[in-house]
Amino acid sequence: MQKLLFFFLAVFLPFTPAFAAEEVILGLSQNRVAITADFDGSEILIFGAIKRDAATSQVGPLGVVITIQGPSQPLTVRRKEKKYGIWVNSDALEIDSAPAFYAVATSAPFNTVMTHTQDLKFHVSIPHAIRSVGAPVHIKDPAAFSQAAIRIRRANNLYQVLENTVDIQQETLFQTSIALPSNLTEGVYKTRVFLTRDREVVTHFDTLIKVQKVGLERFLFNLSRERPLIYGLLSLAIAIIAGWGASAFFQMFRRG
Amino acid sequence: MLDLGGKAALLIAMQIYLPIAEVSVNVFLLLGLGGLVGILSGMFGVGGGFLMTPLLFFIGIPPAVAVATQANQIVASSVSGLLAHVRRKTVDFKMGIVLLIGGLFGAAMGVVLFNYVRSTGQVDLMVTLCYVVFLGIVGALMFVESLRAIHRSRKGGPVVRKRRQRTWVQTMPFKMRFRTSGLYISVIPPAIVGLCVGILAAVMGVGGGFIMIPAMIYILGMPTKVVIGTSLFQIIFVTGFTTLLHATTNYTVDMALAVLLLIGGVFGAQFGTTIGLKLKAEQLRILLAMLVLLVCGKLALDLLLQPDELFSLSAPEGH
Repeated sequence: MQKLLFFFLAVFLPFTPAFAAEEVILGLSQNRVAITADFDGSEILIFGAIKRDAATSQVGPLGVVITIQGPSQPLTVRRKEKKYGIWVNSDALEIDSAPAFYAVATSAPFNTVMTHTQDLKFHVSIPHAIRSVGAPVHIKDPAAFSQAAIRIRRANNLYQVLENTVDIQQETLFQTSIALPSNLTEGVYKTRVFLTRDREVVTHFDTLIKVQKVGLERFLFNLSRERPLIYGLLSLAIAIIAGWGASAFFQMFRRG
Repeated sequence: MLDLGGKAALLIAMQIYLPIAEVSVNVFLLLGLGGLVGILSGMFGVGGGFLMTPLLFFIGIPPAVAVATQANQIVASSVSGLLAHVRRKTVDFKMGIVLLIGGLFGAAMGVVLFNYVRSTGQVDLMVTLCYVVFLGIVGALMFVESLRAIHRSRKGGPVVRKRRQRTWVQTMPFKMRFRTSGLYISVIPPAIVGLCVGILAAVMGVGGGFIMIPAMIYILGMPTKVVIGTSLFQIIFVTGFTTLLHATTNYTVDMALAVLLLIGGVFGAQFGTTIGLKLKAEQLRILLAMLVLLVCGKLALDLLLQPDELFSLSAPEGH
């Protein structure tokens, strides 16, 4: 009995006081990103302060990890193979859920601010933010597929690893900026801030950023999904008028 | 001067976010592409879809959106061209309608085929293979034919035209008189030609003029002067129908993209026509043949050489 009590104390004691002691207060430069016709990416400035009780002593080095996660969707990854002399898609692996955008910014190299266990628990680093359950038997190297998905999305700036970009001042103020690329999709972007001490998560704070098409973009997108026939007819009407208009315009020009 | 430079830089950097394709592209790149393809289509009298679709792939437009939007853009350039032919009375409407009936069935089959192949993940391969095969055949035939024509004109000998012979086309039932073309043939061959072109229009996002024009001349035996106008007539309806099918089943027609391409296209076409008038017909054809073969060669190389990235990502079906 005593042994058990000791065990519980050993496991939970380090966490409990810390939870109450330090808190994140967060600010965002914007909590809404509007995709307009001239949208060319957007930079989000994330800043905050660490509030703490004066009484508690802070042990271990402080770390801040900030993630922005776009809406998750299933994803099919295909691999090309040489068949009959040409390169064709052959094996395909479905990833159950992969965020359309994911950025992780840290105050120091990732391994020095968070343990692997904590990473697994909170799904912080990119490989752990992607959920893939079970691969078809004939695919011997499923890991290669999720690695490829990350590689391709990193190349398109859709996945970003920004180590050492969170700036901490006097163990109290922190700030970073994350650039959202121009090929962004709509949805609710979850923003998380993790405060770590000695690589263990002390507290975390979540907030949301809404990314939305507005104005003409919104109108066209909605029309195409809700009234596809009208949208199609409208596209045709524009094409016919433009064709006719061009012909009439240049004829007038030639006569004139 | 400095201010002017600043403004120019701002203009050059002007991006537009395409609502359906969900990518941000430079406005002037799109206008320029439209213009370039417009010049070529004005010079050679082709729709230019076979050039535009691969170019759109190249600048990062998703293939499904490129194919569907391209169909919409062809409607605009074909309307413009058709009106000129109607004024010159070089359109065989009766033949056009027969081709069209085949074409509409073909387009519907093409969209079904496109969606099926898309679900198996081989759509890029199918589209690329279609391009390589058809561009290769048409380009090679045109190249050989125009080389011969140049050779003949150099010799200065009289141009010998073979008299039309009774071919298998004349032996089929359901004959009909096509006055404008001066033909009395079965409706089956034109309907089949229309059907094939309809499938291609849906799958490749092209008007199919480069297939239909040779077929009309060599298989149906139509006089050259009515061929272009009649094919444009058919292309308008088939690509229009394809646009509607893609818009309602795949939601892949991007109106903003189509508008930018066609603005560039209609102006380019006018310049192209002017350039075209200054060149000889054989020279023009041999240039077009080389262009077609160039595009074909590039696509073939993509299939044969090992790509830098073996993996590709796509949204799974039904999501």
